[in-house]
Formats: sequence, C-alpha cells, structure tokens
Amino acid sequence: MGYKLRFADVLRYQHMMLPGLVATMRLSCMSFLLGVAVGIVGGYLKTSDKPVARRIAVAYVEFIRNTPALIQLYLVFFGLTSFGVWLDPSAAAVLTLGINCGAYATEIVRSGIEAVGKGQKEAGFSLGMSRYQVFRYVILFPTIKTVFPSLGNQFILTMLGTSVVSQIAVPELTYAASMIESRTFRSFEVYLLIAALYLALASVFAVAFWLIEKAFLDESLRLPGRRTGRVVNTVDTGLLPQ
Amino acid sequence: MIRVFSHNDLLFMLRGAGMTLMLTAITAFGGLVFGFVLGLLKTFPHSKIANAIGALYTYVFRGTPLLLQIFIFYFGLPILGFDTSPLQSVSIALVAYSSAYIGEILRGSIQSIDKGQWEASASLAFTYWQQMRRVILPQAFKISIPPLVGFLVSIIKGTSLTSIVGYIELTKSGTIVLQATYQPFLVYAIVCLFYFALCYPLSLLGSRLERRFIPSA
Repeated sequence: MGYKLRFADVLRYQHMMLPGLVATMRLSCMSFLLGVAVGIVGGYLKTSDKPVARRIAVAYVEFIRNTPALIQLYLVFFGLTSFGVWLDPSAAAVLTLGINCGAYATEIVRSGIEAVGKGQKEAGFSLGMSRYQVFRYVILFPTIKTVFPSLGNQFILTMLGTSVVSQIAVPELTYAASMIESRTFRSFEVYLLIAALYLALASVFAVAFWLIEKAFLDESLRLPGRRTGRVVNTVDTGLLPQ
Repeated sequence: MIRVFSHNDLLFMLRGAGMTLMLTAITAFGGLVFGFVLGLLKTFPHSKIANAIGALYTYVFRGTPLLLQIFIFYFGLPILGFDTSPLQSVSIALVAYSSAYIGEILRGSIQSIDKGQWEASASLAFTYWQQMRRVILPQAFKISIPPLVGFLVSIIKGTSLTSIVGYIELTKSGTIVLQATYQPFLVYAIVCLFYFALCYPLSLLGSRLERRFIPSA
C-alpha cells in the first residue's frame, strides 16, 4: 500500500474549518427552528377535525418523507429558476432543510398531541376556549415537553443532513472539506477529520439537549403514562435517550 | 446545445431509477448481513467488549453524515490499496451506514424478547446459539420486519447521495438530462416523482405492518 496518512497538511487549513463549523451550526439551528415552527402548524393541522386540513398535512408529510432531501434542495435551488426565482444558496438551504425538518417535526408533534389526555381538551372547551385557544394554552406546552427528546433526535438528524447543502455551494463544513481537499489532495485525511468534527458536534448537541431536558423539563410536568406517541418511519440517532 | 426534453430522457431516467433500485437491493442485503452481526455483537451476553465494539460502531456511523461516509470510502478505499470500482465503493459506504441502523433495529428486537424466553430455553440446556436460533431470533425477526421495511425508504433516499461522487443513478441521470435540456424544474420534479413512486408504497407497507404486528395491549 505505501500510503502514509498526513494530517499535518490538512491541519494547516484549520482557518477554513472553523467558519465552516460555525456555518453548519447556524444553518442547523435556523433550519431546525423553521422546522419546529412548521411542525407545530403541521401537527395542529394533522390532528384537526377538518378532513381538508388533515389531508393537506398528510400530503406534505408524505411527500417530504418519501423523497430525498438532495432532490428537494435541487428542486428549490435549481427548479425554481424555471419560474425566474433565483434564491441565494444559503436561503435555499435554510428553506429546504426547514421544510424537510418540518415534515418529521409534524409527525413528532402529532404524536405528542395525541398523547395529551382527552380530558385536558374537554376541560379547555368547557371553559369556553376556542379550538385555537385550547391548542395554544392547553395542548402545546405539554406536547413540546413530551416530545422534547424526539425533537432533539430530529435536530441531530437535521444537523447531519446539512452536509448535502455543500452541493449548492453553501459555505458550511462539508463545503470547507471540499475546498481543503482541492488544495491539498489529501481527500482521505480531510474527510476523516471533518467526519470527526460532525461526530463531535452531534455529541455536543446531544449532551446539550439532554442537559436542557434535565434542567428545564421537570419530570413531574411530563405527561403520565406513555412518554411519546408512536412515530413511525423515522430513524433514531441513538445519541439521545428516547 | 440545448435540446427539447423528450421521451428518450424519460427512458434514461428510468434506467437511472433501475440503478437506484439495484444499489438499494445491494445495500439492503449487505446491511442486513452486517447489521445482523452487529445486532448479535451488541446483545452478546458473555462479552462486554463485543457489546462495546457494536456500540462504538453504531455511534460513529449514526453520528456522522452519510455524505461524508461516502466520501471517506470513495476516496479512502483506493488510497488504502483496494482497487474498487465506483459501484463497489459506494455500495460499501451504504452498507456500512445502513448496517449501523439495521443493527440497532435488530438489537431492539432481540432485547424486546421476554426474559422468560431466555430462561425457559436455558433451563432446557440450550446453548447460546441454540437459544438464538431456535427461540429468540424467530421471534425477534418478526418484530423487526416493520421498522426494517421503513428503513428501506431511508436507504433509497440515501442512494441519492451517491450521485455526488458521480455514480449514475436516478439523481445523477436527472442532472445529466438537465444539462442537455436545461429544464431544471421539470427534470427534478420528475426525479422527485420517481423517488416518491419507489418510497411511498414501502412507507405505506411499513406503517401497515407496524399496525398489524404491534399487539393492541
């Protein structure tokens, strides 16, 4: 074989990795926040009594979950140019990843809403609250608390998924890796190192989510009985206790 | 030279879809074999080291992006002296990735088998392998079928990333057609529909099996 791994050449380009790392974190957070916002609306629609609302939510979730994120990204970034819409790569990335994360978040939120006891809802209605008020003041917070670990898992999946946006030249970590690779030709070393950075990032976020859960989400506030409803067809990073 | 999008392009993309399916089949088969080994390692009762190796593998492959794993295998295997074709490289990467998830699904299934089953078979003087083969695995496999079908969807979606290193499957064939016709929305919408047509039936099957297999209790 006779190939010697030389990380020193790659490490000389540290100054390119750090901004990439920051960009990946920013991209992940923005996409995730957008995704959770979409997920709350989606979860509300999916558990609505109106069949039309439910159907819209189902169509959205199934479309997103059954197509690759890469194609969704191409559809937004390249596809929209057919209609004269030229998005900035970073905007296209946040939009696509947010919409993508939103579909998974919808399912997570839906499972949480379904885990809220029926009596809670009825109590809200009996106080003369509107459907929206019941959702906003009765259902939403227990739901978020219940599904918090699942959302943490989804955050990590979204974070790992941001690597594909390097394909539309968003300057994040994987893009930085390609740049360093093209300067050093040390492809193996670069990608090993960058993968290690992603692993570290995922671990740090997993610990952060776990700490937030421990610190702010008191066990007594969580719903009794099953912790979360069923979320089918999702993958588990296993980094967070579910 | 820009040409009009024609049925030939559609046929070309259909062939791309065929390559996606082939890659999916290879990954599913390889992932099942290695995932099975991993699942056994992680649940092996007599060796903490085996469990730790299984857990470490899962941690690494589930904590890093699939795209990076594809890069590492695609560029790394030739460097390490393996003369692999692009198909072999991306297949190995996809198998490595999916076996981490499949191993975890199987571990969950094996551990969900009631302790009494282990004890009953042990009291019949079964060895570990006999327990596994005759008692535990037949039950564990049944439980693992719905999540495995669901994971097949993730594999199909994951194969789209192999287009980035230039392997010609559905996504790449779309990009090639795009470069000749310059109809980005049309081309990627069709690619998207192809993926949906591949994935949606499996998703439906996965959730239907899940509903059937999960006991109502």
